[in-house]
Amino acid sequence: MLTVSNLSLRLGSFELKNISFTVERGAYFVLLGLSGVGKTVLLETIAGLHQPLSGTITLRGKNIADTPIPERNISIVYQDADLFPHLTVYENIAYPLRSRRKKSIDDVVRTASQRTGIETHLHRKPDTLSGGEYQRVALARGLASESDIFLLDEPLSSIDAPSKSGLRALLRQLHRSGITILHVTHDYEEALSLATMIGIMEDGGLTHCAPPAEIFQHPKSKFVAHFTGVKNYFRGELRSRPEGDCKGFHTGKIVFSALTDEQDGEAFLTIGPEEITLANEQEQSSNRNHFRGTITDIAPGRLGLEATIDIGEEIIAAISADAKQALRLEIGKSVWISFKASACKLYS
Amino acid sequence: MTPRYSPLHLIFAFLGGVVLLFIVAPIAGMYLHTSFGSAMEALGSDDVRDSIWLSLWVSMAGTVLFSFLAIPLAYLLARKTFPFKNLVNALIDIPLVIPHSAAGIAVLGILTRDSLLGKTGEFLGIRFVGHPAGIMMAMAFVSIPFLINAARDGFAAVPVRLEQVGLTLGASPWRVFRTISLPLAWRPILTGFILMWARGMSEFGAVVIIAYNPQTAPVLIFERFTSYGLKYAVPAATLFVSVCLLIFILLRIVRRKG
Repeated sequence: MLTVSNLSLRLGSFELKNISFTVERGAYFVLLGLSGVGKTVLLETIAGLHQPLSGTITLRGKNIADTPIPERNISIVYQDADLFPHLTVYENIAYPLRSRRKKSIDDVVRTASQRTGIETHLHRKPDTLSGGEYQRVALARGLASESDIFLLDEPLSSIDAPSKSGLRALLRQLHRSGITILHVTHDYEEALSLATMIGIMEDGGLTHCAPPAEIFQHPKSKFVAHFTGVKNYFRGELRSRPEGDCKGFHTGKIVFSALTDEQDGEAFLTIGPEEITLANEQEQSSNRNHFRGTITDIAPGRLGLEATIDIGEEIIAAISADAKQALRLEIGKSVWISFKASACKLYS
Repeated sequence: MTPRYSPLHLIFAFLGGVVLLFIVAPIAGMYLHTSFGSAMEALGSDDVRDSIWLSLWVSMAGTVLFSFLAIPLAYLLARKTFPFKNLVNALIDIPLVIPHSAAGIAVLGILTRDSLLGKTGEFLGIRFVGHPAGIMMAMAFVSIPFLINAARDGFAAVPVRLEQVGLTLGASPWRVFRTISLPLAWRPILTGFILMWARGMSEFGAVVIIAYNPQTAPVLIFERFTSYGLKYAVPAATLFVSVCLLIFILLRIVRRKG
């Protein structure tokens, strides 16, 4: 349906680098990334609002890089301020129909407004609508334009929680009716609840593309790891050791001992904060990982407290308030941390 | 409790009041020195009525005609980046800073029978010098910056995103301009339109160089003053100022609704 290949673009100091992905017909593809990573620029480039430096964009098998914007047949819905404020809801929805000189405008407007649940607001001006109603009108206008694909730029980010769940249901319903959607957001719950496919955007590039389950069960970036509640995420290289059953995981200046059957090579490692033990002195135990470090932060966690320890890399340990008091843990104090080799979860 | 007005505010209010008096007093004085009878006499004079009407319609014609050129330029200045854009913006303001008699001389230069425009006019049967068409050119020259600047600021205030959305919805750039940019910028454009019209019809310096006759209102007032004195000039001046004030009120209403 939509294929973006090796797309690069520069806008002032901002850059998109070699982005490639495919949105299949009928898919709900979510691009997930932090604010300012280039998600909106990517959508606008697909819509033709920016000229790429290199790469191709094909829609229904046709390269649209040089196709004028009005002829691309792509609808874009922004998070706010994209309805024409001087036109009524009816005229906003009718706008693409009048632009393309379509007949039976009234029927199409009424059908689109019924599908999006705004049929009673047709006479109103956009500035009298709530956030949820506003986005429904924008979606109705996209429906009326009969576009090949909907590009949604954070459509749920500026509306209240009750409207948000209603709008999510509407987006799922539109998707089920066969509409192909490319949606960008920084909200991973939104991505999880809607997507059939997720692309992770970081530093102007697309780093990972997979179904939601795979993305979140096997995070391949710190960004995704944080979203899923993984506190200790490291990227490095796994190397077998000549002796013993543990392998060495090398990240920065640190080497963790990991009990794993993953193959040697580039890998990601996660350690649950509850697996980490803090002590004032190094203790003899079955733990294979012992590091001396300094406490840099102690903050409330989901349960108890979370202490951040700098061992050359920052690592987070879950502790109780009782433990903090008993060990007299405080910011700036030097401590020992330890954890089992089996506590290291490896993903190659 | 903090006093509502400090001594500083009171001093500033006094100084501001002096400025306001400086603006209001001459106009109020003019009205006070015009008897009802002399105002009626001026209103009954064909010369006065013709001169005011000439000022109104010629300036309006110039404003309408030049708006077809000024509005597209204003849109380009608001939306596009191009080489020497700052220079273009500066050129537009030139008529505001040069003496208007000098502006009249400059406009005369392009309207004489030897100039391209003059020759074209002659071919069409119009001799600009001493003709309403020439007066219109002089009025437009000194007043067009008001329209261009207001329209440029109006277009700049229209979110580019709305125009882009219009394009993605299948509208041509012309339709986007006609149905989105222009309607959303209409109020600043109308303000600039009224300002250009009002400034044009008040013009004396440039107009008198191009055409002493037919007489516009400012030229007639000047002629009455130099030939017959202040007493004879004031009723015509009061009448013309009243027309200008009406337009000014219209402008304020438009701005206020905005």
